Amino acid sequence: MSTLTLDPEKISSVKNNASAIADDIQKFINKHSSISVERSLLRLYGVDGATKDGTPYVNRIVEIAKKDLAQYGITKLLAAATLKTKRDIQTTAELLATKEIPINVIKELSSAELEVKEREFATIAIEKLRKSKEKKERKKRDLPMPQAPWKYLIVATGNIYEDVLQAQSAVLGGADIVAVIRTTAQSLLDYIPFGATTEGFGGTYATQENFKIMRAALDEIAKKQKRYIQLVNYASGLCMSEITACAAIEDLDMLLNDSMYGILFRDINMQRTFIDQYFSRLICAKAGIIINTGEDNYLTTADAIDNAHTVTASQLINEALAIRAGLPEEQMGLGHAFEINPTIKNGFLYEIAHAQLARQLFPRAPLKYMPPTKYKSTDVFQSHVQDTLFNMASVMTDQVVHLLGMHTEAIHTPLMQDRYNSLGSANYCFNTAASLSSEIEYKKGGIIETRANLVLDKTVSFLREVKLQGLMNAIGEGKFADIKRTQTGGKGLDGVFVKGENYTNPVLKILEAQNE
Amino acid sequence: MSKQLIKPYGDTKGDGRIQLSFTLPVENSPKAVKAAEVYLQGLNLENIAVCHSKKIAEGFTYFVAYASGKHEIDYSKIQVVTAETKILNFYEINDLIVEKLNKKITVVGATIGDDAHTVGIDAIMNMKGYNMDYGLERYPQMEAYNLGAQLPPEELLKHALEKKADAILVSQTVTQKKSHIHNFSAFINLVDAEGLRDNFVIIAGGPRVSHELAIELGYDGGFGAGTLPSQVASFIVTTLCKKLGKEI
Ligand code: B12
Repeated sequence: MSTLTLDPEKISSVKNNASAIADDIQKFINKHSSISVERSLLRLYGVDGATKDGTPYVNRIVEIAKKDLAQYGITKLLAAATLKTKRDIQTTAELLATKEIPINVIKELSSAELEVKEREFATIAIEKLRKSKEKKERKKRDLPMPQAPWKYLIVATGNIYEDVLQAQSAVLGGADIVAVIRTTAQSLLDYIPFGATTEGFGGTYATQENFKIMRAALDEIAKKQKRYIQLVNYASGLCMSEITACAAIEDLDMLLNDSMYGILFRDINMQRTFIDQYFSRLICAKAGIIINTGEDNYLTTADAIDNAHTVTASQLINEALAIRAGLPEEQMGLGHAFEINPTIKNGFLYEIAHAQLARQLFPRAPLKYMPPTKYKSTDVFQSHVQDTLFNMASVMTDQVVHLLGMHTEAIHTPLMQDRYNSLGSANYCFNTAASLSSEIEYKKGGIIETRANLVLDKTVSFLREVKLQGLMNAIGEGKFADIKRTQTGGKGLDGVFVKGENYTNPVLKILEAQNE
Repeated sequence: MSKQLIKPYGDTKGDGRIQLSFTLPVENSPKAVKAAEVYLQGLNLENIAVCHSKKIAEGFTYFVAYASGKHEIDYSKIQVVTAETKILNFYEINDLIVEKLNKKITVVGATIGDDAHTVGIDAIMNMKGYNMDYGLERYPQMEAYNLGAQLPPEELLKHALEKKADAILVSQTVTQKKSHIHNFSAFINLVDAEGLRDNFVIIAGGPRVSHELAIELGYDGGFGAGTLPSQVASFIVTTLCKKLGKEI
């Protein structure tokens, strides 16, 4: 790989500052849990299903347990209940949800009994995560993984069965990764809808059943195509960690899982988001799920030249927080994007500078590279050319998770034929320029190297400021994406609580211990 | 008015050349190519050349074709509804407010419903503006309140009443399943139901909005892709003047 000359001292400065910023947040996280973390635990223990009115059992139970949650945690409460009923987890959960048995019977049991039961639950959860990783690894051994950049395509019909058709078509055209976009505003739902769904706006509901349907469909076509196809969904918003639990259970390969996206772009409370992202990433680490982060979104509200350093800074913070959750670099799909105004002279060179900087700062990370969107033209032919340049930038800088741009981006969500056209360009570029990155050398002190160093310099001072202020205050000032959020503002703060003295989360404990 | 008959132009006047691409739900085969041609005949096209066909999914074929349109239209008969406003600049707008309206103008704006896209309404309202054209917040004679996205219609109206707004700006970007139409209508119906329609100049905007559509939905005006804040400011001010019977 050809490299740009970057000052190693500046690199260690940004890494150290990001690390200090993450430590500060982690201290806060460690004292707290949230209703969504507790619901994730129930899902990992095997609680499934919903009441007649469609409320998932996990929501009903956590709601009923609300006043005891901080003191004990849902695990201990469920352990006590199963010891009392002497029934299995699901049956006990249903009895709890329908209030046929009381939620808190802890006092009637010895702490030794409870502890054994909790450990048993935790083992069930951990085994699920471990097996999911194993299964994916086995599939990847049986069917070869394609060479990077992996072509990532989105389906978003709103109907999971329609999505399956679109996905199969995308795979036929060369897609390596299929992402099912979620319906508008799902991130604001504080529950995961139950079952297969056929109605959504701008996307399809993320439900466990929908995950299962798409996984099966992709596995089937993967066998025919003789290459493994990765499945992605979105774990952000109020159900971040819970969606992660479902995704792990259904063997998804990647999840959108950003530590700040929900705060900035969905106005989810920041305390809630930081707590949830941590548990969510612990699960990802164990289940072998690659996380994708959402820095590309910054450039839809802020300018890509002026704010390139905020993308880099956010990648570094996402990395630092991911390290604390035990994610290896190979599972960090840090995000960035090709969003410079196309009328800027030498814009393509700046794009290469940004992409190559990311490549060198995170050498082993499966970087997630987003196509141009904001400046896409309604002239689809012009847009197709923009995508082609993006494809070239990607293959030149060894990007890994490559989202395909759509020439109809400024018009509608993609038609089947739009994906076909888009894949045509990517297939062509990736093949015709397959070895380009190892053939070129960057000019010393040239436009590209100078630009990369400028962004790095700006990142150095930006992160220094954020460290002094603390991340939460920095977000409050609008330092990221020009969007301001307060510590107590946004949705979901009422679901956050301080862990009481007897609170337990044995899954978290084991995962943390394994990370050490 | 004399007739002015026109049809598409390729490289010779009157050749009617049109380029098309589309997908049919059948496997690629000579029969599929023929079907594509027959389909285009049904669209009143002739000289059809289906030049490309490719399987893009199980049971789906993609085509590229060229053809000639048969019919001509009379351009002199075409009518279109556009916002007929004199486009004024930043200074002219502020002066006009001082001279004719004699008070600062209050504008509230938001993206309503589930739609979370704010960049469009921000471009119109925020200080910075769009394409080197200042946003409404920058106008000394305007009080502009940008209320962000995902606002329920009721909230937008509540704010408009509280702030004694002269104009309300409503933005919609997502058009899937006609959700923009649904949301725009929900807002206007609410204002009508409260008997408040005459209190405000109400403007719709978004990439798929036209003045014509906005009028049809009961708005005073509509603005689409590429709109500059000064165009919107001009429209607000001239419409307010008109409402008050003031000449410009
Ligand atoms: C940026 C962006 C986002 C950002 C938004 C960030 C933000 N805070 O706004 C993010 C990443 C969050 C996002 C999310 C989604 N997006 Co989006 N997004 C875009 C994108 C790339 C650019 C839009 C934009 O900012 N344009 C720039 C502004 C300046 O232009 P504009 O909005 O047209 O505004 C101008 C005029 O229209 C006018 N105007 C606009 N509003 C108003 C109001 C008034 C009163 C007036 C007078 C004028 C006016 O003035 C402005 C200046 O000229 C477009 C694709 C594209 N290139 O258009 C997709 C796009 C709009 N998104 C789309 C979709 C589907 C979504 C999601 C639903 C995806 C999903 N399933 O999650 C979510 C939406 C979630 C939700 N609840 O709404 C689709 C919409 C398809 C459709 N036609 O329905 C598009 C077209 C992409 C696509 N091809 O699929 N998106």
